[in-house]
Amino acid sequence: MRPVAVAAAGKTPFGAFPDRDLRSLAVEAGEKCLKNGHVSPSQVEAFYLGNFAGPSFVGQNHLAPYISTALGIRDVPATRFEAACASGGSAFFHAFSAVSAGLYDCVLVLGVEKMTSQPTARVTEILAGAGDCSGEIKAGSTFPSLFAMIARRHMYQFGTTREHLAAVAVKNHANGALNPDAHMRKAITLDQALNARPVAEPLGLYDCSLISDGAAAVLLVAADRARDFTDKPVRILGVAQASDFVALDQKPDITTFHAVRRASEKAYEMAGVGPRDIQFAEVHDCFTIAEIIALEDLGFVERGCGGPYEASGATARQGEKPINASGGLKAKGHPVGATGVAQICDVFAQIRCEAGDMQLKRHSLGLAQNLGGSGATCVVSILGNV
Amino acid sequence: MTGTIYTETVVYLAPPAFTQDVPYQVVIVTFADGSRITGRILGDRVAIGDPVEQAEVRNGVPFFRRVK
Repeated sequence: MRPVAVAAAGKTPFGAFPDRDLRSLAVEAGEKCLKNGHVSPSQVEAFYLGNFAGPSFVGQNHLAPYISTALGIRDVPATRFEAACASGGSAFFHAFSAVSAGLYDCVLVLGVEKMTSQPTARVTEILAGAGDCSGEIKAGSTFPSLFAMIARRHMYQFGTTREHLAAVAVKNHANGALNPDAHMRKAITLDQALNARPVAEPLGLYDCSLISDGAAAVLLVAADRARDFTDKPVRILGVAQASDFVALDQKPDITTFHAVRRASEKAYEMAGVGPRDIQFAEVHDCFTIAEIIALEDLGFVERGCGGPYEASGATARQGEKPINASGGLKAKGHPVGATGVAQICDVFAQIRCEAGDMQLKRHSLGLAQNLGGSGATCVVSILGNV
Repeated sequence: MTGTIYTETVVYLAPPAFTQDVPYQVVIVTFADGSRITGRILGDRVAIGDPVEQAEVRNGVPFFRRVK
């Protein structure tokens, strides 16, 4: 295992772009990243694509070479990784593993999803494919309803309230208002969050992340060659992927995500740091309850304490542990396959002090947590200054 | 088949196959042996801890109702 660094990043804005197709979004992010890393396509030794459901959303399969060749990347391995909402994180993990093992010195990781060309009901149906279609989905579960059932149980066991959930939405919308690339740059009030129309009780509209189009890319290089590409490489100190049951009803306890605990334990061990050392994090707030549980599973707070911690303001930009300074999936947007890579881009920008209005004061050690489905895949990455 | 409600939700936004059922309640039921299954509710709404019995199975999906 040898050290690996992120040398460059590139992203499209996230949003609803009716006149953009999947490939043009991917190419925009990829070209920005290559340009930022001063790399020509011929220097890229492998292409790792994170994409959840391009075949369903836009009817295109064989997506990795479809995109890599459009970027001018020829001949080399080009492979798509699918792990539901953790597809981007999984592509990143596997790219890291290959560079770390010495297989390549320079690879491109790209995540993309084009979701808004389908009506909401059809998007809900496609997303439900990340659940167990022989059981929970056949019974009428949707992703909001799976996380709603998680929220109900968390409320029952720990006294978490709708106000705690709403505090996550209010905070992430306030953060998103500072992000020029966010899908929704609009602050909301606690009342708005609490009184939004119900999606799956107890979750309302503002408890749910957005349906977005977008792409994000990062260039991974062998750390000893990083200075060939940039003056400010960022080291990948630890990264791990873990897995668990797909069906919610097979998990012994749905108020914690076993895969998040396993992936974070491994990533902390690899990085030689603990949860207290982490200065800021981008976590997978596909639903407000998911951010609350992420804080607990990542070890930032004790079990059951995530809700009060959010409501205390500790996770705000000015708080002791800023969470989702980018606006998170909630406000930045959630183009599923792009999300895990975009989180890396956001942590990378913070560490390099290039986050503009979003820049945090303490920014030398950051964590990204990318969750797939109702917790069947998790990737945790820890990045820091070299 | 009787069991206890482990968790529940009422769905308002559903995929095309279920839009005619909205709003409907989805539950996870725990049986005496500790196993669990996801199903639907007939009749009155249920809450966590409520005892339920299986009323019928439609297309492989168990439908439960509260035990009076």
